[in-house]
Amino acid sequence: MEVLSFLASGVLTALEPINLGLILIGVTVGLFIGAMPGLGSVNGVAILLPITFLVPPASAIIFLAAIYYGAMYGGAISSVTLGIPGASTAVATTFDGRPLALQGRASLALVTAALASFVGGTVATVFFSLFAPLLATVALNFGPPEIFALMLLAFATFVGLGGDDIPKTIFSICFGLVLATVGFDTISGEPRLVLFDIQGFLRGIGFIVLAIGVYGIGEMLWTIEQTRGEITTTNPKMTVKGLASDAKEAVRRGWKGTWIGSLLGFFVGVLPAAGATPGSLMSYGVAKMVSKTPEEYGHGSPDGVAAPEAANNSASTGSMLPMLTLGIPGSPTTAILLGGMVIWGLTPGPRLFIDESEFVWGLIGSFYISNLAAVLINLAFIPLFVWMLRMPFTILAPLIFVLSIVGGFAASRSMHDLWLIVIFGLGAFFMRKFDYPLAPAVLAIVLGPIAEPTLRQSLLLSSGDPAIFFTRPIAGPITVIAIILILLPAIKLLRRKGRVATS
Amino acid sequence: MKLSKRLFLGLAVGSTLATLPMSALAQDWEPTRPVDFTIMAGSGGGADQIARFVQSVVEANDMTNRPLIPTNRGGGSGAEALLHLKDARDPDHTLMVTLNSFYTTPIRQEGLGVDVEQFTPITMMGVDPFVLWVHKDSGITTFEQYIETVREMNGEYVMGGTGSGQEDSIVIAYMSGAYDLDIKYIPYDGGGAVAKDLAGQQIMATVNNPAEAKGFYEAGDFVPLLAFSDERMDAYPDVPTLKEKGHDFSYYNQRAIVGAPGMSDQAAAYYRDLFGKVYEGDDWQTYLVSESLSPLPMDEAETRAYWATQVENHRKLLSEID
Amino acid sequence: MRQGEISLAGILALFSLYLMWKSTELPIGYIRGQGPGGGFWPFWLSVGMLLSCLAIAWNWWRGKSPAALSDEPLMDAFGWRTVLFVGGGVVGFVAMISIVSMYGAVALFLIYYLRFLGRHSWLLTLAIAVVLPVALFFFFEGAMQISMPQGLPFTQPFFDVMYDIIY
Repeated sequence: MEVLSFLASGVLTALEPINLGLILIGVTVGLFIGAMPGLGSVNGVAILLPITFLVPPASAIIFLAAIYYGAMYGGAISSVTLGIPGASTAVATTFDGRPLALQGRASLALVTAALASFVGGTVATVFFSLFAPLLATVALNFGPPEIFALMLLAFATFVGLGGDDIPKTIFSICFGLVLATVGFDTISGEPRLVLFDIQGFLRGIGFIVLAIGVYGIGEMLWTIEQTRGEITTTNPKMTVKGLASDAKEAVRRGWKGTWIGSLLGFFVGVLPAAGATPGSLMSYGVAKMVSKTPEEYGHGSPDGVAAPEAANNSASTGSMLPMLTLGIPGSPTTAILLGGMVIWGLTPGPRLFIDESEFVWGLIGSFYISNLAAVLINLAFIPLFVWMLRMPFTILAPLIFVLSIVGGFAASRSMHDLWLIVIFGLGAFFMRKFDYPLAPAVLAIVLGPIAEPTLRQSLLLSSGDPAIFFTRPIAGPITVIAIILILLPAIKLLRRKGRVATS
Repeated sequence: MKLSKRLFLGLAVGSTLATLPMSALAQDWEPTRPVDFTIMAGSGGGADQIARFVQSVVEANDMTNRPLIPTNRGGGSGAEALLHLKDARDPDHTLMVTLNSFYTTPIRQEGLGVDVEQFTPITMMGVDPFVLWVHKDSGITTFEQYIETVREMNGEYVMGGTGSGQEDSIVIAYMSGAYDLDIKYIPYDGGGAVAKDLAGQQIMATVNNPAEAKGFYEAGDFVPLLAFSDERMDAYPDVPTLKEKGHDFSYYNQRAIVGAPGMSDQAAAYYRDLFGKVYEGDDWQTYLVSESLSPLPMDEAETRAYWATQVENHRKLLSEID
Repeated sequence: MRQGEISLAGILALFSLYLMWKSTELPIGYIRGQGPGGGFWPFWLSVGMLLSCLAIAWNWWRGKSPAALSDEPLMDAFGWRTVLFVGGGVVGFVAMISIVSMYGAVALFLIYYLRFLGRHSWLLTLAIAVVLPVALFFFFEGAMQISMPQGLPFTQPFFDVMYDIIY
């Protein structure tokens, strides 16, 4: 009950006129920043950090958290309308969001994303309010072996994502994982795989470079070549009535994915180092696994939009938890928020909930309000984003190229990466022609940099004995489940083959 | 362009001859475009925090006519940032916030062709000491007990750090050498991750900056055993230093702002004046205390001499590690 | 298509071999008591890439993949032309950035695409080609505080004027 009174006062803090105003501005700004490919919450939070010097710390972090929220909602917008995931957390949203948009159902996809995000964010905030200190202890129990086991589980969900051509899917996964190792090996402290000895590769190859190359350039070229530049998305019209019926349909066809995403996303997000991307990916995979109509996935299933969107919002809320209670940033954005808290003279860590309870509960209260504000503002802007899709394709296409290149530079600030985007784009076009699935590569480049170091840290801990992944109480079960999931398709295949052979 | 540059140069020579005070000279030059404020590390670390703090102070007090634009270029352990400064297209508008990879990375990656002594000293914002931490549940409260435990474990004692060749690994390597310890060292990708895994007891001890361990220390989870500073730290008056234990060794992470090689004297003077004001301001002085940084003010000549000795020291320390 | 499938697999296999070779700069084996070395992960995954390429070739030889059976050309003349013009446009766009600055390159690319590929009127073309770069300038340099590349020195006076406006 103590929690409820804290929470009530927190919500009241968030409803103070200045805070409410900041929430509304923050969410709107965040929504548009998040909708730009290449820009994400990290940019929004970073540039507005200095402004927060002018207001009290509680208002400042509420403002920054509102931007963070807005950007998480906005990420779905570029995934659906442009087909470019603006952030790694929104990759899974493209799988079904883009097909829906191409069927002229962009508004359904966007409404589903908004509602799922709202549920995800709210569910996570409730957990957050109730169990924060407990979950912090759980997070501490996740050392390198546990995180690696979790990554293995995330990879297991890849198995269902590839196309029909197994060698090409495996190629894509390996390719992404190898690209992720380019640059610098933190364990040995040596430069590694500096391709063709070009010093630009020292910075590594970022997710955003591959994603913009594959989706912003490669996929666009493919679409232009396939459709001969003629067809566009079927003319989507927006009316208030349409919006309401889309909302109904979104609830009916997306509730399952929403729940899976909300729960799974939160628990993965709470773990430092894992974050929202594995959360959204695993939710997509699980939603597909338990679905009665898995064949719909990848061709415009609202559940397939709802699951990752609910998960990434839920996980973003979750990743605030290790930041506040342990002082560990779960994502680049929370890293900057953490810096902000230090600037305001707060010490994140186990004592923050006790020493600065007013601040913490004001922030938690603002999560509830931000979520509500974000979903309303997002729904209000959907007609605008859908209207964008009505532009003739010969105008939309160059705009997407321009946004890809400009956004790619904004994310990486390097000409080297811009050339890489072009090279990946042209390469992706030809690979797409021959049915190489590229989504696994894009996801592998996100998970690889978490999986490889944790694998090697674990083996250093155990002096090279791989049993460490099976003997630890949390890592063990996760590893076993992951291995079963990975082997499942192979077993099914063998059984089918066996049956064919006997018959 | 050329004409105005020559004009500036003439002006500079003229004013130096007239022995005008530096601050007056600084008035002559102002940035004409946004200032590239490169951070030698990824987001979230100490250097990043400091850069964003400084930028926020400058922005909040409206101290420049063009904004400072913080950009993380932490790739290759800072190699990316060093190359970016070395090849800066516009040295007058390119600054960098450093840590000690400023010294270690050019030594470890000679292929880069970076000579840090050519960079332009701007302002030393402070130095960050290192402290040896253990978890309270280990029961260890003194450095002597720690030594004993490590020896008993016979190579199974696990410490975390930010990677071989990084600041903390240098400290650990020196300590192991001095006391003949056999430690299993697990590299992580940031000081925060190291502190978290000590809190979760995945590892047994760390060498962290006080700022990274502060939250856990205040909650009573971490116990400081030994400081690697020159004198006892104000924040931990009961913690002995390695110097007291009879080893002439101290180690700090430098938190400095440097300019690109080839920055003009006027621009350098402008930035020194700017960050000098930030340094003296209340905001920064409060930050120094709360984050347990030590002040180490230096002028240009002193900084250059300091760099030369640091490069020499690191060359020696690193050669002992490998 | 049939030829393309095996050629692409061949190119990717060569690339895998290069990655394997490059990985050997760091230890690729299992170091006793320490686990895998720095080259272990990329090396063995590159081997995985190579094996996948071999499997793709095997499927091709057996005629198992759709592309391996298709006698259609990869693209017809129209397709090649589209890809050349659009893809080439993007390459030109990026190449122009270091010369005429990001915003200049955006304007040129838009003119090229809208007018010559899209066949829109000059009025619409120029309107978009002027308004979008200016809007992007205000968004990135002003609001987001991200500096874009500025090209050769001759673009400088333009930027000086713009910076005076926004700061």
